[in-house]
Amino acid sequence: MTTVSMTVNGRQVSADVEDRTLLVDYLRNAINLTGTHVGCDTSQCGACVVHVDGRAVKSCTMLAVQASGSAVTTIEGLATGDELHPVQAAFREHHGLQCGFCTPGMIMTAVDMIRRHGGQLDEATVRHELEGNICRCTGYHNIVKAILDAAAKMQMPAAAE
Amino acid sequence: MGMEGIGQRVVRKEDKRFITGKGKYTDDVKLVGMTHAHFVRSPHAHAKVVSIDSAAALAMPGVIAVLTGAELVADRIGNLICGWMVHSKDGSPMKMGAYPAMAPETVRYVGQAVAVVIAETKNQARDAAEAVAVEYEELPAATTVAAALAPDAPQLHPEAAGNRVYEWSIGDKAATEAAFSGAAHVVSMDITNNRLVPNPMEPRSAVANYDSGDDALTLWTTSQNPHVARLVLSAFYNIAPEHKLRVIAPDVGGGFGSKIYIYPEEIVCLWAARKVNRPIKWTSDRTEAFLTDAHGRDHISKAEMAFDADHKILGLRVHTYANFGAYMSLFSSSVPTYLYATLLSGQYVIPAIYAEVDGVYTNTVPVDAYRGAGRPEATYLLERMMETAARQFGLDPTDLRRKNFITSFPYQTPVIMTYDAGDYNASLDAALKAVDYAGFPARKAAAAARGKLRGIGFSCYIEACGIAPSKAVGSLGAGVGLWESAEVRVNPVGTVEVLTGSHSHGQGHETTFAQLISERLGIGIDQVSIVHGDTDKVQFGMGTYGSRSGAVGMSAIVKAMDKVEAKARKIAAHLMEAAEGDIVIEGGEFKVAGTDKKMPFALVALAAYTGHNLPDGMEPGLKEGAFYDPTNFTFPAGTYVCEVEIDADTGKTEVVNFVAADDFGRMINPMIVEGQVHGGLAQGIGQALLEGTVYSDDGQLMTASYMDYCMPRADDLPSFDLHHTTTLCPGNPLGIKGCGEAGAIGSPPAVINAITDAIGHNDMSMPATPAKVWAAIHGRAAAE
Repeated sequence: MTTVSMTVNGRQVSADVEDRTLLVDYLRNAINLTGTHVGCDTSQCGACVVHVDGRAVKSCTMLAVQASGSAVTTIEGLATGDELHPVQAAFREHHGLQCGFCTPGMIMTAVDMIRRHGGQLDEATVRHELEGNICRCTGYHNIVKAILDAAAKMQMPAAAE
Repeated sequence: MGMEGIGQRVVRKEDKRFITGKGKYTDDVKLVGMTHAHFVRSPHAHAKVVSIDSAAALAMPGVIAVLTGAELVADRIGNLICGWMVHSKDGSPMKMGAYPAMAPETVRYVGQAVAVVIAETKNQARDAAEAVAVEYEELPAATTVAAALAPDAPQLHPEAAGNRVYEWSIGDKAATEAAFSGAAHVVSMDITNNRLVPNPMEPRSAVANYDSGDDALTLWTTSQNPHVARLVLSAFYNIAPEHKLRVIAPDVGGGFGSKIYIYPEEIVCLWAARKVNRPIKWTSDRTEAFLTDAHGRDHISKAEMAFDADHKILGLRVHTYANFGAYMSLFSSSVPTYLYATLLSGQYVIPAIYAEVDGVYTNTVPVDAYRGAGRPEATYLLERMMETAARQFGLDPTDLRRKNFITSFPYQTPVIMTYDAGDYNASLDAALKAVDYAGFPARKAAAAARGKLRGIGFSCYIEACGIAPSKAVGSLGAGVGLWESAEVRVNPVGTVEVLTGSHSHGQGHETTFAQLISERLGIGIDQVSIVHGDTDKVQFGMGTYGSRSGAVGMSAIVKAMDKVEAKARKIAAHLMEAAEGDIVIEGGEFKVAGTDKKMPFALVALAAYTGHNLPDGMEPGLKEGAFYDPTNFTFPAGTYVCEVEIDADTGKTEVVNFVAADDFGRMINPMIVEGQVHGGLAQGIGQALLEGTVYSDDGQLMTASYMDYCMPRADDLPSFDLHHTTTLCPGNPLGIKGCGEAGAIGSPPAVINAITDAIGHNDMSMPATPAKVWAAIHGRAAAE
């Protein structure tokens, strides 16, 4: 067992876990944030995407101990109080979700995509960069619309990498 | 019509929790003292279980119990059932082998459970499962219909000689033979419908809790129909009587048919929770899902269509072999029979049809309904044949279809179904306009100039939704009724709770059902909550599949609302001293026609509960329930057109345009309807281009993860161009037909027809992978 500490959604958390514990299991089971989902065993589906130090990461691909000391944002930490993040609002407005299971990972991926590209996103780029996230319900049509709309509304400059 | 009433594109009420991570799925459930289950699964497709040694596993940290199939049998836990009896053409009932929840003696597919480990943590259970020593005696396996029907094939079940479950038929054989003997043209094709894995993004999960104080069990599970699960668990599996078993299907992350059934893991977790007297959670990992979720499709058919000299269809003759996998699943027997062969008339006047279906056991995962269930297989067969026939005759494929369309309704097909309403020319017209068919030759030439092969393909589908009526399906062997129930509870403050027996796992019922109440009472959808998915809250229901929630579930709500509204009118009339017939409901107010008298609905509701001033003899309260049994299936239909461009150097197909023109009858929320079509199209295009389930000859599943099974991703699909035409369904009070399966039913033939158009010959099977398409272009045998 190892004590793993990090900042999750701005709050300092700490828990004793087995060394082999994945970040996703740490979030879901050790600190009870169940918005981040597990959809596959092979880091293919993206249902578990969170932000680690501001960048999108598949939390089933990282050990909790590797994230120790980092600042992690999960879907629960994206809205500001009752005010939805623009990407969350866009997913709702454009019906970019149905069963909702892939949605947290989709939204976290989309936020990072917009951070990197700013308002310069086009449909081909969105579709290409969504390849790490699988949705079985929406056919992606409305997810793509939601991300493009959110990017346009946020009017962010692209982040320097 | 209010701003949130019927026909409005209202954003979904349920989205708030999903986009903020507050959804509550089964794997999110945590109970005090909860333990974790991990199953020991067979690595062999067919083997005798010689011995199971649990000693080493039991000695490992955190391990509470290791339970085997033999103990399950000793505790008289029942075998899994198939709920629809199908008889062979000789009148004999289908031949079924026993399907235990864990195999005590023989395993028949890779992944079948033989034991379960219960431990304090998930990792401890997983580690210990590795230490359970199972000795197997391997037996030869058969994974394809051809292998299972071979003379020297291994026999899976002693009850099913030759691995044949049934040899069923439908239609008039003599009339069909006569049609063929008088035909001017006969078109013949061998058609395979590839096996698919449903792949809802939420893996199956079960949490079982035993309360020894009440001797009662609770199951949280990823189910599309919790009431049917409770009924079957009680009536057939000896888990607990119905009043001592509560089944909760909370937020469910997609189903597509695969979560209709009661699976071995749910039975085992309930049984084991009582045995160890601790709550138990099991959640499938993705490879387990590939190995144990019911698969879909897997048909091989020989089809022949007879035409007269004027290219009118005279008859259709089909012989289909359906691979059922190793056991009969809950509804599997009905899928290639009453849900498939009864749709073989499609949108066409076909005077004579004769279809034979042989159901076959193989050493593969059980096969059952997957999005569309039988209708995609029927549509694929017919629409591939129509396109092929048109090319053979040198006709435009749309002209051949128009020449044979059914144009007068109701229409009785030769295979049971009576189509109630439709306008097939209207959807074809809408699709052709949208796709600019006249401009296709120019687009093809432009593509050729870029070095691409461009093709266009059509599909005119019909489906049967809202499977019904109970009396009819009962006469055909179904073990369940197919009605739906609803209760409308008006609270004293005028807010409304609707309890429904249908289940939402992504379809947006919390919004569409509330829109119906908003339309009726003029109140906002935020004043309405929809209760579903919990057998302790809703008395009974049949769940959600086959697009039944709108046509059947909402019809039950309409019936309950009629009663609520009738009583509310009486109360309002009494309170305002008016005639009942003069009460008008408008904008959330009850008004007396022709006067300025009015009162808000909330005050009518309050009066019902105060009870001080009600008509003489009226019971207080405002709460009504109803059961609705439909009079017929509903028949959504439409035309899909696909345009593809193929890179001849790589064989890669790109869908460059996809037009869908659907007739779903009345749409409650067009935004949600369109979302359903988008999702169905993705699954259908996935089947046509990408998805294929591959078993090795000895029964190993070669496509058991997302590394191997090609799921459609955003980059594989285009944006879709959707259109609607409308003929209302005359069979239900709202005119709803259903939209959930259409995309998956209509799109595969459109895609394959487009590819065959592009490559210039008709020989292409699904999935049309780049290797196969390249080989078809370059005349080489495709590497399968």
